[in-house]
Amino acid sequence: MATRIQFENSCDVGVFSKLTNAYCLVAIGGSESFYSAFEAELADVIPVVKTSIGGTRIIGRLCAGNKNGLLLPHTTTDQELQHLRNSLPDQVVVQRIDERLSALGNCIACNDHVALTHTDLDKETEEVIADVLGVEIFRQTIAGNILVGSNCTFSNRGGLVHPYTSIQELDELSTLLQVPLVAGTVNRGSEVIAAGMIVNDWTAFCGADTTATELSVIESVFKLREAQPSAIVDEMRKSLIDTYV
Amino acid sequence: MDMDMASSGMFVPPQTLGTVLCCICGVPMEPNPANMCARCLRSRVDITEGLPRHAAIVHCPECSSWLQPPRSWLRAELESPALLSLCLRRIHKPLSRLVRLVHGEFVWTEPHSKRIHVKLRVQREALHGAILEQSHLVEFTVQDRLCESCSRAQASPDQWVATVQLRQHVPHRRTFFFLEQLILRHGAAARAVRIKETSSGVDFFFGHRSHAMKFVEFVSGVVPVRRRSDKQLVSHDTKSNNYNYKYTFSVEICPICREDLICLPPKVSNSLGNLGPLVICAKVSNSILLVDPETLRTAFLDADEYWRTPFGALLSSRQLVEFIVLDVKEKTPEVTVSGSRYCLARVEVARMSDFGQNDTTFDVKTHLGHLLKEGDVVLGYDLYSANSNDVEMDKYKGFELPYAILIKKSYEEKRQRKHGKQRKWRLKRMQMEVDDGARGRGSEEKRNNEYEEFLRELEENPTGMLDQMTIYKNKDHRPSETASMLSGDDDLPLDELISKLELSDDEEGEEDEDMAQ
Repeated sequence: MATRIQFENSCDVGVFSKLTNAYCLVAIGGSESFYSAFEAELADVIPVVKTSIGGTRIIGRLCAGNKNGLLLPHTTTDQELQHLRNSLPDQVVVQRIDERLSALGNCIACNDHVALTHTDLDKETEEVIADVLGVEIFRQTIAGNILVGSNCTFSNRGGLVHPYTSIQELDELSTLLQVPLVAGTVNRGSEVIAAGMIVNDWTAFCGADTTATELSVIESVFKLREAQPSAIVDEMRKSLIDTYV
Repeated sequence: MDMDMASSGMFVPPQTLGTVLCCICGVPMEPNPANMCARCLRSRVDITEGLPRHAAIVHCPECSSWLQPPRSWLRAELESPALLSLCLRRIHKPLSRLVRLVHGEFVWTEPHSKRIHVKLRVQREALHGAILEQSHLVEFTVQDRLCESCSRAQASPDQWVATVQLRQHVPHRRTFFFLEQLILRHGAAARAVRIKETSSGVDFFFGHRSHAMKFVEFVSGVVPVRRRSDKQLVSHDTKSNNYNYKYTFSVEICPICREDLICLPPKVSNSLGNLGPLVICAKVSNSILLVDPETLRTAFLDADEYWRTPFGALLSSRQLVEFIVLDVKEKTPEVTVSGSRYCLARVEVARMSDFGQNDTTFDVKTHLGHLLKEGDVVLGYDLYSANSNDVEMDKYKGFELPYAILIKKSYEEKRQRKHGKQRKWRLKRMQMEVDDGARGRGSEEKRNNEYEEFLRELEENPTGMLDQMTIYKNKDHRPSETASMLSGDDDLPLDELISKLELSDDEEGEEDEDMAQ
């Protein structure tokens, strides 16, 4: 289910938060309604952790992670690192890496199996990513833009990319990522997808400016409508029953 | 990045841009910087905000011209490109500040509604860099106001600013008939507000000083003139220091005409190389051609030279008398002098009045030797019986006057034959106001005779004169059966001259002249 929220009157929620299947990070200093929106959806399922990275609030763009691990830039202070290690579940590996391109959220887009990275990323970093996040890495550009982390968002079930992506590129990416992709916008025509929304396998949060059309596109491509445990069982039931008695 | 790859020679597969959904209405569309479909964008953003929707332009109903502020008036029809550019210039400032103009056209409105609708297509950058194009209607209200020249013309329709007074102090009007034809041919008096005839000349009235100047220049190019100009203050605007004047150009044509007999003053004769004091004026254009009939010497007198020492004619063509040639002797070979052929000869002539009566004959030297033979009738000046009171002649001591000077051959007989038959051609007349008080009774008939003389002269002397005028076919002319038998060599080569010309009575004075030659 997709929800519309705002962080301090800004619709760029993807900048101030990070959502994965195992945890959720939010920036400090926002209003309580911001947190309550997250907690209402996620509190009983995954931990919602308030943090800052390097003293800044733009945590969504600085870190990259999935259910297996979390990567932090070299600007992260030791206290923040320790705080995150303490707050997150044990199976999540928290690692700080030394990378010239420190806005890891802009450079890496990943789900639990595949990651797309900035073309200029170091070789060592790539190895660390593969190791920590447990993903297969592809260096790619999207619509001619090298900041893949900002121009696309994908979960294990679907993905949304920059609207200028050509059909051939969509096919190529789709093959790489093994998920259905759609080119679209968020936050009333904004092309920076990852800054405008955060998503995991069963829920998504978008900026308050997102129109109904965009929301419906998001819900359909990330398959959020039937993301209730019961719905999955119903589908399975249909395929199990073959005869009426 | 794809462009760089392509230009560096790498293979780049063809890319097709996919469709995204418009974020507002969900209709599939090509991605654009705003990521909204055109309709949603247009409904959100109005790029014509701040553009003028109404403006006013001023129109003069008399001359259908439009005001271009601050002062100039432009002639243009409704829905013409000139009017479109005028309208666009009126709203140019706010328009160019906000948007870019792509296209403009008129939307038809009823002419008497006093509204002009101009539809513009403008482009402007909307949010996120998307360029939007929208059409915008501007309504111009037409305000009627008389332009300055029309208001001046309406206030006093005969208002003139400059006048040219053409005068020639001779008893006949041949020069003016000739000038009239020239002026008609060249359209020099096209801008004249009024033309008035007076006793010894014609007055032309113009609306602008420059028109009058142009006319004066034209006249001084065709006849030798002396001129002066004056101006009279009519009004004075103290605030803007504008002075309105009435200008008068006084143009005097020299009184020497063709075929005049002149006795040159001694000074002039000396300056022309002792040209014999008696000379004939052979041709008058912007200079005078003088021919000495006894020596065949010629001289040209410029207008300036003439007016430095002006002289009058001794005898003019009114005083021509008929002579009959009795004998032509001592013909010298023909010479061509200044474009005309002359031949010196001695002839014995007798006045027509003496011809059956008595034996008075005169032995004279003449320059018409090539034309004359026995029995011809010649026109010339009878100096034997003339009583001249010329001051100049008295200055010559011991000068012997010849008995007669022959001027031209007479075509009276041919004329008799043609009497009553209408001419195949006719000339256009200029519309002139006639000042009746200046002339006496009987002058109407005198006028007609003079004009008839003029036409006859044209017929008999076609070269040179008719080249400068335009002649028209006489529609009332009915060629008779005997015409073909009698058409002689002095008939004008009409077919060449008037092949396609026609002038009907009601078209006189209004039609534009057409040229056949």
